[in-house]
Amino acid sequence: MKTASPIRTWSTLALAVALIAACGGGSSRSVIQNKGSDTLVNVAQAWAENYAAVAPETAVAVTGGGSGTGISAMINGTVDIANSSRKMKDSEIELARGNGNEPIEFVVGFDALAVFVHPDNPLDEVSLEQLATLYGEGGDVDTWSQWGVEVPGCGSDEIVRVSRQNNSGTYVYFREAVLGDQRDFRLGSRDMHGSKDVVDLVENTPCAIGYSGLAYATDHVKMPCVRKGEDGDCVSPSVDTAIDGSYPIARPLFMYTAGEPQGAIREYIDWVLSDEGQCIIYEKGYAPRTDVDCS
Amino acid sequence: MTDVAHAADRRDLAWWVDRAVQILVLAGGLSAIVFIAGIFVFITREGAGFVFDRFDFREFFFSPRWTPTSSHNPTYGALALIAGTASVTGLAMVVSVPFSLGAAVYIGEFATGRVRETLKVLVELLAAIPSVVWGFIGLSIMNPLIIQIFDVPIGLNVLNSGIILGLMAAPIMTTIAEDALKAVPDTYREAAEAMGATRWQVTFKVVLPAARNGLVAATLLGVGRGFGETMAVLMASGHSINLPTSPFDSVRALTATIAAELGETAAGSDHYQALFTLGIFLFLVTFAINFAADVFVRGGQRKHRRRGRRPAASANP
Repeated sequence: MKTASPIRTWSTLALAVALIAACGGGSSRSVIQNKGSDTLVNVAQAWAENYAAVAPETAVAVTGGGSGTGISAMINGTVDIANSSRKMKDSEIELARGNGNEPIEFVVGFDALAVFVHPDNPLDEVSLEQLATLYGEGGDVDTWSQWGVEVPGCGSDEIVRVSRQNNSGTYVYFREAVLGDQRDFRLGSRDMHGSKDVVDLVENTPCAIGYSGLAYATDHVKMPCVRKGEDGDCVSPSVDTAIDGSYPIARPLFMYTAGEPQGAIREYIDWVLSDEGQCIIYEKGYAPRTDVDCS
Repeated sequence: MTDVAHAADRRDLAWWVDRAVQILVLAGGLSAIVFIAGIFVFITREGAGFVFDRFDFREFFFSPRWTPTSSHNPTYGALALIAGTASVTGLAMVVSVPFSLGAAVYIGEFATGRVRETLKVLVELLAAIPSVVWGFIGLSIMNPLIIQIFDVPIGLNVLNSGIILGLMAAPIMTTIAEDALKAVPDTYREAAEAMGATRWQVTFKVVLPAARNGLVAATLLGVGRGFGETMAVLMASGHSINLPTSPFDSVRALTATIAAELGETAAGSDHYQALFTLGIFLFLVTFAINFAADVFVRGGQRKHRRRGRRPAASANP
């Protein structure tokens, strides 16, 4: 506290004034503020860059932060388009309406949620029911030997559950798809702050298991196939299995606007949903919303 | 101030400059008060809705269930978060107290000349390392190291973040502890030396007891630093809701919870307000710790106050 000299105080103030002045300067280009899902942030960035060639008079500013961040910003009216890897909750829609922002939903693609384990882990397939007893409240699976698996390098045999922070879209979707509406996560999972962190941790931890969007997979993690029900087919996560719907935990990815989009925002969303925009999401490792030919 | 005005009955440029500087400095000093009050009012206002409507004392302090985003039964038990912060800070103190007090005694009582100056600069340099860098060290260096050495399933745990936090708190504690030692009047040392005491006897029997209050204050400020640290703890602790039973358990800290969740909560929701309630709690605890440290420092000052030897130990980070 003592270091808060008047010089520093004043220079901070001066800087703030300069910044405000700089932001106030009008510009002839229209800028679309686009914020939200970390799952979508790489695609959103690619869309924004490619759109510069399509419509040079429109600039798209993309920020990540998570689905909840984007939706909160949309509710508060500070962004034009919110990216989300989960559907808006009823309570959030109410909040938005309360602020006079009727949320309009666009499905911009699909994402397969992959399960990751360490490359040394012999686990080849896993069922949704197994995942539920591992991650869900009241579950009793704590060790790899309970699944009949012996993991080299994991002397303690303990399963290190890796999850996401509790308001990421990935977390919420995983809860709905794997645990069901009425079941919570069991406490004690390692809650990472981004999809990339999950993959990094699993890469370096032989005992670990985690989940994230398929696009974040690297060569240093293994993705077991996932089956629904004991006698269902075990399907490996890929863009194709997400498109044809055979992979059991693929989720839609959304863009939300406050009110029916107009002008530049409308044009941008139309372009994102066009074949050109959909081929970009395909290149980034996600499934487009319809079958498109991207050759 | 009135003395100055009377003694020099002049209104020249220097006088005006003097006035202007006084006002500027006053504004700088007052700004600290304004900011503190503003911050307190802000977090209290944001958290107030939760504190008055939804707050359940027993749940908050005695339940480890922190599930604010549960679809059917959101609970706001902060026990695991408090235990996480306490365990990490506790271990950090075990690491940093011997280091920093040792360093302070060496710098203050034994080292001389260039060694002493170099050490002081280095200790201050250690304080300049950004916390995200510490967190990165915890994540990518300590994690595999702890897994290898102790054969535990994961290295992001109390031990990892405690060591990181201990190293982070050490410089501040060293600097303040050294100030406390410096505040002990040289006459004490001279008297002890005149009685034939060795250097260590002087330090251990005379200087340390005389500086006790300042040293306690240094430790308390280190605790406050640990309590409030966010980024490094978020990265190194494993961020897992858990009542720790060993140093190898992953935990989650209060600060890290706020950092990880606040950005994604709708403003005004229960969850948002609950996070601000955690903020109020943190604020009160760190305030109490800093206040206690201040009381100790003042107690120390009173004991051996001499003209011209006012200690600089009241420094507040």
